[in-house]
Amino acid sequence: MADSTYPMPGSLEAAPRQRWSQAAILEWLNSWVVTVDHKKLGILYMLYSIFFLLVGGVEAILIRIQLFQPNLHIISPQVYNRLFTMHGTTMVFLVGMTYIFGFANYLIPLMIGARDMAFPRLNALSFWLTFFGGLLLYYSFIGGNGLYGAGNAPDTMWWAYAPLTERAFSPGHSPDYWALSLIITGFGTIGASVNVIATALCMRCKGMTLMRLPLLVWLNMVTSFLALLAITPLTAAQVMLLIDRYLGGHFFDTQAGGSAIIWAHFFWIFGHPEVYVLVLPAFAIANEVIPVFSRKAIFGYPAMVAASVGIAFVSLGVWAHHMFTIGMTSVGNAFFVLSTMLVGIPTGIKIFNWLATMWGGKIRFATPMLFATAFVVQFLLAGLTGIMLSVAPWDWQLHNSYFVIAHFHYVLVGAIVFCIFSGIYYWYPKVTGRMLSETLGKWHFWLFVLGFHVTFDFMHIPGLLGMPRSIYTYEANRGWGTWNAIVSIGGFIQAIAVLIFAVNLIWSYFKGKLAGNDPWDAWTLEWATPSPPPSYNFATDPVVTSRRPLWDLKHPEDPDWKYE
Amino acid sequence: MLAKCFRCVSCAAKSLCLPAVFLAAHVLFAEGPRATPSIFAPASTPATSIYQLSLFVLTITGAIFVTVAGLLAYVVFRYHQHGQDDISEPAQIYGSTQVELAWTVIPILIVVVLFLTTARMIFAVQDAPKPKSALDVTVVGHQYWWEFNYPAFGIRAVNELHVPLSSPQDPKPTFLKLLSADVIHSFWVPQLAGKTDVVPNHVNELWIDPQHPGVYLGQCAQFCGVQHAKMLLRVYVDTPEQFAAWVKNQQQRAVADDRVSEGRHIFETQACMNCHTVNGTVATGRFGPDLTHLMSRETLASGAISNTPEHLREWIRNPDTYKPGSLMPAMQLNDQQLDQVTAYLETLR
Repeated sequence: MADSTYPMPGSLEAAPRQRWSQAAILEWLNSWVVTVDHKKLGILYMLYSIFFLLVGGVEAILIRIQLFQPNLHIISPQVYNRLFTMHGTTMVFLVGMTYIFGFANYLIPLMIGARDMAFPRLNALSFWLTFFGGLLLYYSFIGGNGLYGAGNAPDTMWWAYAPLTERAFSPGHSPDYWALSLIITGFGTIGASVNVIATALCMRCKGMTLMRLPLLVWLNMVTSFLALLAITPLTAAQVMLLIDRYLGGHFFDTQAGGSAIIWAHFFWIFGHPEVYVLVLPAFAIANEVIPVFSRKAIFGYPAMVAASVGIAFVSLGVWAHHMFTIGMTSVGNAFFVLSTMLVGIPTGIKIFNWLATMWGGKIRFATPMLFATAFVVQFLLAGLTGIMLSVAPWDWQLHNSYFVIAHFHYVLVGAIVFCIFSGIYYWYPKVTGRMLSETLGKWHFWLFVLGFHVTFDFMHIPGLLGMPRSIYTYEANRGWGTWNAIVSIGGFIQAIAVLIFAVNLIWSYFKGKLAGNDPWDAWTLEWATPSPPPSYNFATDPVVTSRRPLWDLKHPEDPDWKYE
Repeated sequence: MLAKCFRCVSCAAKSLCLPAVFLAAHVLFAEGPRATPSIFAPASTPATSIYQLSLFVLTITGAIFVTVAGLLAYVVFRYHQHGQDDISEPAQIYGSTQVELAWTVIPILIVVVLFLTTARMIFAVQDAPKPKSALDVTVVGHQYWWEFNYPAFGIRAVNELHVPLSSPQDPKPTFLKLLSADVIHSFWVPQLAGKTDVVPNHVNELWIDPQHPGVYLGQCAQFCGVQHAKMLLRVYVDTPEQFAAWVKNQQQRAVADDRVSEGRHIFETQACMNCHTVNGTVATGRFGPDLTHLMSRETLASGAISNTPEHLREWIRNPDTYKPGSLMPAMQLNDQQLDQVTAYLETLR
């Protein structure tokens, strides 16, 4: 693997390492708290995301233990309901919404040749809002005198359907912790999104036109626009819910003429774009990894940009496919069938473009590429089960069954988490200066693939056999026991794989092979800086002339700009 | 009108799925109720229609998967670089308008076919006209149990829905009007129909025409609180004679048996009567299930346990034994009182 440095105008030497003393450690800790550096905040976002991935994972394992066999009583129904609510809320809001800004913060300024984000202090504010929002959410486990031993942890599912969240049916503080902590993390998301958009639009170096922007930056910009549009109705609905609960409002209070369906609309008009908010940054990672390891430029760059923008637009008009069973008119159902199926077209374009990028390449299956390849297969399957669910009559059967759980875990784990791992293996050398161990990486990959498929392939089946979601146990004679046992075993295998990953992260930080500036022989600007990059990234602003500035430098005889 | 349009255009789509329809016809109504309520063992028109549609969609998505995954497998094996020796770069290709147009247009065509087929089915099931012979039942979802009102017969049944057998020659569909007393629930009996949510302040409808007698299993499919998991559903599809007999029994007043008057006295002087109705007595509570014909049911606690004297006694002693978090409180009766109340309830046939 090439490990040479290419003299980019403006790269700096790495900062000298400092010696450790008590004062130095305190200063080092302080520097992480007061930092406004996009790279440090990016790392904080990623550590936060990985931490809660482990927490949410523990909740998932407890859920799988309880469901291992029918009529188990290992966990009480009250605690079980808290576990799956917190699992969903954690994974979506504390893991999903933060890995986005981890990658975006760290990479966007480096990729566009900027010295920092547009608003560094807003950046820090956004992170710490998100941070404390997450702490507040978890404080609910110990806060207040909960009736059932687990404090006031939310127990009304991650979508918190009204009127179950009204005071008549949830007299404790569980919906309050849920709403308040998500309002706070939501403000964090809005700040971070504004920052990403401003940075990508205004901070580009000379020559970095919009059509030369790395796809990762494009997709994160689209994501941020989408997040701005999606978070707002959720926050509004949560404020309305709190008004209902404490100020005598009746928005969702059906006993006083309120509407349960309005809540569902509010939630899903957030909830569906949210899925794309989570998955587009995963695509963004694949868009960087697949070309580099196939040794080819991304196939159909303009189509990839157009498809991303297209997905964002269409995704704003599909929310009610989560509500096919709630009792809409037949015409309403048909409309949302059509809009949902339309998403399949730009998504298909993306899959085909990744395939075409690999076609004719010289594919190197290092760990990042292994994860990215598995992602393509799994995302294809997730898309196909998505088509099945978009067929409204079939959705009347599949909705709220384990089939749906399998489908969206295929998206959230099979696509997003696989891309997160791919991205971490890819950029860890840039961030730390050391490679992650390939041996541990391969163990991690193969165990995780095995565990993933044992869990989520088989999870479709109990759904088809009539098993609904969010039940703490199930009847013994339904024929669901064997499938659930298999699913649980797969979950345990995944847990082992994630532990190997955690070990790899720590071990490689101290003992990993030195990375050098450009371990993967890649083409975007971040690889022109030392690993880890110094503060302010570039001494002088770089100038680029194509989508792959480092390719141009490495191949002066055949530069990209000739073809643009 | 809209439905007619869709019907014409989707005829073409339908011919594409002949093999699937043939397969479906093979099992059509051939099977009755099963312990495993599979959506692939339909026993009523809505469920069967969905089943046929699902086979069509599975065929299309299966074909897409085989094609794309096949291409990917080919790419991985063909273009996988084994050694590290060759450091030359492959030819750089930036895109191709024709190829990209092809893989945009083909998915569009697939979406058109899928949408028309789906829309046709939505209208066929959701807007199906109600025949004169249909039976009306009003379903009321409660936190962790079901109430079934038969306005034509003046009956209020609980947890076990009895409907008449229907057949193509003598259609006797049941139209369910779905209401909720508290939060959102969802009525789901997979072998009979897709689920429909039971929403407070919003009336939904659902119809079934089961064509094979027996007990069909289902359960609440929308999280509704602590005991959502034990809000089970049983639908009894009765032959005309069975159904008539059941209706006749349900219309009776409660049996009055002097041998259990102590139990009845406890029931009517403790808080039991605040929540439960026993027709023809002073107990007229509506918050919990009607107990007038408790012994005509095979299960207790919304299907969580079978209806035996031991289960009933334990259920009265402490409902949390079977359904921790259910809204029925433990009444702190002593052993003698428990025996007497159980004996009283055992007479309510």
